[in-house]
Amino acid sequence: MITVKKLVKRFGLKTVLRGMDFEVKPGEFVALLGPNGAGKTTFLRILASLSRPSLGEVNIAGFKLPNEAAQVRARLGVVSHLPLLYGDLTAEENLRFYARMYGITNAQLRITEVLRMIGLENRRRDLVRTYSRGMQQRLAIGRAVLHDPEIMLFDEPYTGLDQDASSMLDDVLKTVAAQGRTVVMTSHDLARAEELATRFDILSRGVIADSATRRQVKKSNLLEFYKQALAG
Amino acid sequence: MAKQKTIDNRQRAIGDERQSSASFIQAIGAIVWKDLRAEFRSWELISSMLVFSLLVILIFNFALELDVKTRQSVTAGVLWATFAFAGTLGLNRSMAIEKDRGCLDGLLLAPVDRSVIYFGKFFSNLAFMLIVEAIVLPVYSVLYNTNLFQPGLLLVILLGSIGYTSIGTLLAAMSVQTRTRDILLPILLFPVVFAVLLAAVKASGGLLDNSTFADVSFSINLLIAYDVIFVAASFMLFDSIVEE
Repeated sequence: MITVKKLVKRFGLKTVLRGMDFEVKPGEFVALLGPNGAGKTTFLRILASLSRPSLGEVNIAGFKLPNEAAQVRARLGVVSHLPLLYGDLTAEENLRFYARMYGITNAQLRITEVLRMIGLENRRRDLVRTYSRGMQQRLAIGRAVLHDPEIMLFDEPYTGLDQDASSMLDDVLKTVAAQGRTVVMTSHDLARAEELATRFDILSRGVIADSATRRQVKKSNLLEFYKQALAG
Repeated sequence: MAKQKTIDNRQRAIGDERQSSASFIQAIGAIVWKDLRAEFRSWELISSMLVFSLLVILIFNFALELDVKTRQSVTAGVLWATFAFAGTLGLNRSMAIEKDRGCLDGLLLAPVDRSVIYFGKFFSNLAFMLIVEAIVLPVYSVLYNTNLFQPGLLLVILLGSIGYTSIGTLLAAMSVQTRTRDILLPILLFPVVFAVLLAAVKASGGLLDNSTFADVSFSINLLIAYDVIFVAASFMLFDSIVEE
């Protein structure tokens, strides 16, 4: 579903990604872990076609980046720590706007379906700026799944959420993953990654330092695996 | 489970068909609808442009205590200086709204040509500017005792605003990505838009001096040419400006 070969990303003289290889099979939930500055967000922005690779090949759902970016974007749903929502529009208006941008017909039906899934049906007519951070993040997920994408990218989705909001987000993420989507999530929260992901990739100094499936990393040993990958 | 997966895949296939139907015009319309809806709820952008414009007009009114004839001769300059300075406030704010909550990324993630985003923001900004101008003109007419409601002058204001907003939207998209966006936009914009402002002032001044349309046709043609050049250049450059 996602194939990345020898990916390099430079910002001026600084090289953030140094020949990174990465592959995700359909239906996998990959947690991309690593310290600050490892290049996780840069990598996700390249997958989302928000940034161009300096060198290397990126292939998503059979389409090459950056040449076939529009086709890739139609198959992607992206959630970052920013909600990507308009505070002066209601939840319903935000979703209606994105539905029009994605050319979704029967938008009203799909919006109702999504609002029900994220548990915001009763607040659909409230302005987004009156929402709590957790509610905004749930709506951000609603926005990202609105066009029913095959692949979901989550960039630190738990940033700034309290315990209750994080638990709610867990439920929404599990629902999204259970629908058979391919998911790549960056996170600092090892416990949450362990609970959700089927595979763990450790990104360090611009390359994948180590990779293991949930079966390989036995329960409660993710921290150990993470430390060893970074040390190696 | 397998059946569910088949249904999911079919739904996605339908989704792909839907996505391909997102037309250029429909997506531009969506951005304009979103901007106008949000603005008519908050009045954040128009009110700041309007208050600034009215203050500038008032300050000029008291600073230039001139006779009626001299007032008429400075009208075009005062008017366009007001529009230009108020315009930078609007352009900055319009793009800052997109950038601050990451909404620009939301727009860039849509499976549409990126020129859609440019044209959507351009038409929104133009609408805001024309709304402010529609309120400023009668106020100016009363304060300066000058009739500004001439079809020729209104055409010049429209053409000048198109030129100003077309290049302004592009440069605002560039400056909003920097830390010094509030300072950077006027520094980038005014040297580029100088030619449009000059042609607009010349044409407006001529029409207010009761010159015929033919007398100012050179300036008006120049305005049309600038509009075409700026819109075409912005259309070609926008993609590379918003991408890292």
